[in-house]
Amino acid sequence: MTQKRISKELQECLTTPPAGIKVNLVDEGNIHNWNIVMDGPADSPYVGGKFQLLLVLPTEYPFKPPKINFKTRIYHPNVTFDEHGSMCIGILKSDSWKPSSRIPNVLTAIQQLLLEPVPDDAVEQGAAQKFKEDRKAFDKEARDMTKKYAK
Amino acid sequence: MDSDEDFGMSSEEDVLEDSENDNESADGTDFGIDEPEPDLGYTQKEQVKKEKKTFDTTFKVYHPDDIQAQQDDLIDEVNMILDIRKEDAAILLRHFRWNKERLIEDYMDRPRKVLEDAGLGPSTTGPPKLEVIRGFMCDICCEDEPGLQSFAMKCGHRYCADCYRQYLNQKIKEEGEAARIQCPQDGCKRILDAKSLDLLVTSELQNRYHELLTRTYVEDKEQLKWCPAPDCQNAIECGIKKKDLDRVVPTVACDCKHRFCFGCGLADHQPAPCDLVKKWLKKCADDSETANWISANTKECPKCNSTIEKNGGCNHMTCRKCKHEFCWMCMGLWSEHGTSWYNCNRFEEKSGSEARDAQAKSRVSLERYLHYYNRYANHEQSAKLDKDIFTKTEKKMISLQTASGMSWIEVQYLNSASHALQTCRQTLKWTYAFAFYLKRVNLTEMFEDNQKDLEMAVEALSEMFEKPVDELANPKLKVEIMDKTSYCNKRRVILLADTADNLANGAWEWSNGH
Ligand SMILES: [Zn+2]
Ligand SMILES: [Zn+2]
Ligand SMILES: [Zn+2]
Ligand SMILES: [Zn+2]
Ligand SMILES: [Zn+2]
Repeated sequence: MTQKRISKELQECLTTPPAGIKVNLVDEGNIHNWNIVMDGPADSPYVGGKFQLLLVLPTEYPFKPPKINFKTRIYHPNVTFDEHGSMCIGILKSDSWKPSSRIPNVLTAIQQLLLEPVPDDAVEQGAAQKFKEDRKAFDKEARDMTKKYAK
Repeated sequence: MDSDEDFGMSSEEDVLEDSENDNESADGTDFGIDEPEPDLGYTQKEQVKKEKKTFDTTFKVYHPDDIQAQQDDLIDEVNMILDIRKEDAAILLRHFRWNKERLIEDYMDRPRKVLEDAGLGPSTTGPPKLEVIRGFMCDICCEDEPGLQSFAMKCGHRYCADCYRQYLNQKIKEEGEAARIQCPQDGCKRILDAKSLDLLVTSELQNRYHELLTRTYVEDKEQLKWCPAPDCQNAIECGIKKKDLDRVVPTVACDCKHRFCFGCGLADHQPAPCDLVKKWLKKCADDSETANWISANTKECPKCNSTIEKNGGCNHMTCRKCKHEFCWMCMGLWSEHGTSWYNCNRFEEKSGSEARDAQAKSRVSLERYLHYYNRYANHEQSAKLDKDIFTKTEKKMISLQTASGMSWIEVQYLNSASHALQTCRQTLKWTYAFAFYLKRVNLTEMFEDNQKDLEMAVEALSEMFEKPVDELANPKLKVEIMDKTSYCNKRRVILLADTADNLANGAWEWSNGH
């Protein structure tokens, strides 16, 4: 029964993805691993960058939330600056994920996170501190890193 | 409900904490026992006479059925007073952490808001039931075949029965959630009620759900705590609050016989208050290397240096080789321990001149710590050894019955002695942590005198207790053991009452950063 739901969501995301997002399968034979390309939002220091993410749907999907990680390095308080690119966002926590929640909602939540970091819930303390104390320096660092990794 | 029977104290504890042994014949008839007393030794008579000590904490033991009944009673009350469905009353009570008064008050004021906040928003459908609806497609699995069974709670968000089941299974079994399971709809805060659950899942899952609910019930109530003994399903109710813990040591006894502190959940640590216990345990863990040598089970005879192994709780050691008698704790002459100048328990502070420089001071402070740690650890270890002996006690008692012709009831005095030894050693152990943090004032000396009296009595009893069975069969020794047992229990009560009174009055003065 999971297959039908995933196929339907995939179809929607392929034909009418949220603005600034492109979706395709990592491997055509496996509908559980999605490749996401997200444009840096216009009003953010990430603008101009193309960020690659990997979305993995567990076998229990949609009863368990999907896992999603940045494959492209990104300088952001809520994303680890390493090869994992892990993040912690509300909608993916098991107490707020509902089986009727949809992948486009997850993707737009991430876009929103790029526009508005949540430094109090940070996984990168250095970036969070800079964001709070010297917004200009933070923006510059984020732009530089975007240039370096996401072009 | 303040009769002692209601506190669920086990009979052993009653015997242990009884201080009234001496007046037995004087007032034994004043308790209104009409029927002839069964010949059960002195155990039952004393239980009747149990008085509440100043250091006793009022508590109640609840078994799983009682806990369920309590919840059911509250649900019934709210169901009647507010005229709402029982399953909704349960959700409201859980939302208000079982504070019935506040729930009723708030509900009277703003019923809509209360229902909304608790996840019981406005109903859009009739009573929930499984239904087949034409043209229905499930938003979770995207199935739309005709005849598909579907379900919706009162919020009207409808999903196929299979998806609903799998969702509940995931929440209850995998995530251990029960009280806060919401409707599967993204953003809907409607809380799952027990009736809807019953319509959907197996009885196994229903049981698990109710188990989890009971757990939250106990955890939500400040005056309820689970008994920490493994496999015990009882809960204890006690009115002691967190802020009281520097004035009382709330020791409770579960029906499973486990004695523990209601404040921190650790095993009985009277007379030491929770905070001190925490500090002491941390210090012991931090300094474990320095103190490790102490827990060794062997030492050398101070006279001939031959190795001596300790295999019972008794601290009176006799070297097998040279017959030298000494105290295991302080390694001093045993002959001095029976007299009035016994001071094995007291740490002699070095005079100021000897500890002038920092190095000497830190040596003194280490010595001081080791003095107390040594005795603390020793009683802990001795209690374990006494317990080993206790397991052999029953065998002893059986062979004693054969050797002496005494009945099973008549040899229960060994059981009482063994219990007294363990309880008293547990108390003694904590008196040393307590003493470590005490400032040296007049009160301290009285405390040390009480400690000394209890310790001497315990060591004497421990020694008798380890005698071979043929000696135990001697009626004279039996009387001595019984006397010493009741004396030990009495000394323990005196010590605990004294420390508890001073704690309640804030009379103790602390040092060493406490
Ligand atoms: Zn479904
Ligand atoms: Zn709903
Ligand atoms: Zn218990
Ligand atoms: Zn405690
Ligand atoms: Zn010797």
